[in-house]
Amino acid sequence: MTRIIDHPILGKLDDREIITFQFDGNTYEAYENETIAAALLANGIRKLRAHEGSGTPRGIYCNIGHCMECRVTVNDQANVRACLTVVKKNMVVESGKQHPNIVKRLVEQQ
Amino acid sequence: MSDVIVIGGGPAGLAGAIACAKSGLNVSVVDEFIKPGGRLLGQLHREPSGEWWNGIKESERLHQEARKLSVDIRCGVSVYNLEKENQLWNVYTNQGTLTAPFVLVATGAAEYPIPLPGWTLPGVMSIGAAQVMTNVHRVQVGKKGVIIGANILAFAILNELQLAGITVDRIVLPERNQISQTAGEPEEVMKSLLNAAHLAPSPFLRFGSRFMRRDWIRKVGLNFYPKNGVKINGTPLQLRKAAVEIIGKDHVEGVRLADIDANGTIIAGSETIYEADFVCIAGGLYPLAELTAIAGCPFQYIPELGGHVPHHSETMETPLKGLFVAGNITGIESGKIAMAQGTTAGLSIAKHAGKGAGTIDEQLQQALKNVRTVRRHAAIQFNPEIDSGRSRMNQLWEDLYATSIEQ
Repeated sequence: MTRIIDHPILGKLDDREIITFQFDGNTYEAYENETIAAALLANGIRKLRAHEGSGTPRGIYCNIGHCMECRVTVNDQANVRACLTVVKKNMVVESGKQHPNIVKRLVEQQ
Repeated sequence: MSDVIVIGGGPAGLAGAIACAKSGLNVSVVDEFIKPGGRLLGQLHREPSGEWWNGIKESERLHQEARKLSVDIRCGVSVYNLEKENQLWNVYTNQGTLTAPFVLVATGAAEYPIPLPGWTLPGVMSIGAAQVMTNVHRVQVGKKGVIIGANILAFAILNELQLAGITVDRIVLPERNQISQTAGEPEEVMKSLLNAAHLAPSPFLRFGSRFMRRDWIRKVGLNFYPKNGVKINGTPLQLRKAAVEIIGKDHVEGVRLADIDANGTIIAGSETIYEADFVCIAGGLYPLAELTAIAGCPFQYIPELGGHVPHHSETMETPLKGLFVAGNITGIESGKIAMAQGTTAGLSIAKHAGKGAGTIDEQLQQALKNVRTVRRHAAIQFNPEIDSGRSRMNQLWEDLYATSIEQ
């Protein structure tokens, strides 16, 4: 997705320092002091996790910490809200994964 | 230890902290977001005077003023519990417990969701999420989007998306059901838009505000409402279309729309899919009041204020000693009113703490007067019946608490 560098009222973004971080094993660029959610969207990434049960894709919803939809794993810490967490240099971010459901699998096998 | 802990660093919380600090109290502010300002940060609109209201600048101004007064502001701190113990309030956060005799809860508002099939797809977000991504983070939420829900917040943010060069293809209504309620009924939506027509999203509505107050004219107006909608700064507002499903595999690819009659009933066989790569759901705002509920504060449901609000006096006290509220937690209004309420709450706390000798009552009266003045001149009013909602709460306070507190 495109960054809004020039804004008719808010003005031009000052040159910010670029850092790199990892998401699901790939390296991406981010601006310092921006959130993980903003950095990923700027890199065209909307899907932040798979639903633990159904495996369906999820992304940001409220973007201010209320809805918990954007939870990712940051440096091995699970369930961190991407919309409230500032991305840091060399941070390792992993998308949330679908959990194995043994009961469901047993039912499907019958 | 601080004298006052303010929960929420938005317009109400910062103004409250400033008023407390000016009265000589030691203040800490905690906020979940990465920087102070709360929802003020995203705001950007032109005032009736022609001047721009830039929320980022206003937030910086409040932040600087608070810092000059040595207010301790901590961002990235989440509060999960609030409890009184030995005359002191314990504020439990993800970074430890803070304790103070006074707490100001200024947690603001959250958005009502309007669930519909496909709404969990990446690319679907609340209208406020799009505002923050656009104005605060400066990242485009997409190339071409659809807004579901026609209300004041949706129009304000539509304008902000357009300013940032993002195409909003159309605004449509949610499908009428038990969750969307009147937001899915064209006639009810029209009524609420006419009440706010001084904001004038389109000449059609401005015209309508004067001539369409009567029910039957409004119905006629809706029947003649152009099928392709009325354009708001280039984006069609389609009151006779409802979103029935958001389509996509891994992310939003389109929205399935159906034609609806004036009551919101879907016209069979009218469904069409429109391409989009993002969708904003605009369900309106409600006071974010869980922390006061956990603390044990009684609540009243007042629809004009946006939903369930904690009992509070006009000077922003709750029935719980030492616990104060300000801003959208007390009712949905604009950021300017939140600031005025924050100042009132701060002075109220100062009074209870025995500060401001001699002049505090006068200062408090002045602050209350200012809240009313700001309300009267508000450019954006979320609920046209706000005054009656405020009066109901004031009356309730008089009836339940006023006499006992004076004793």
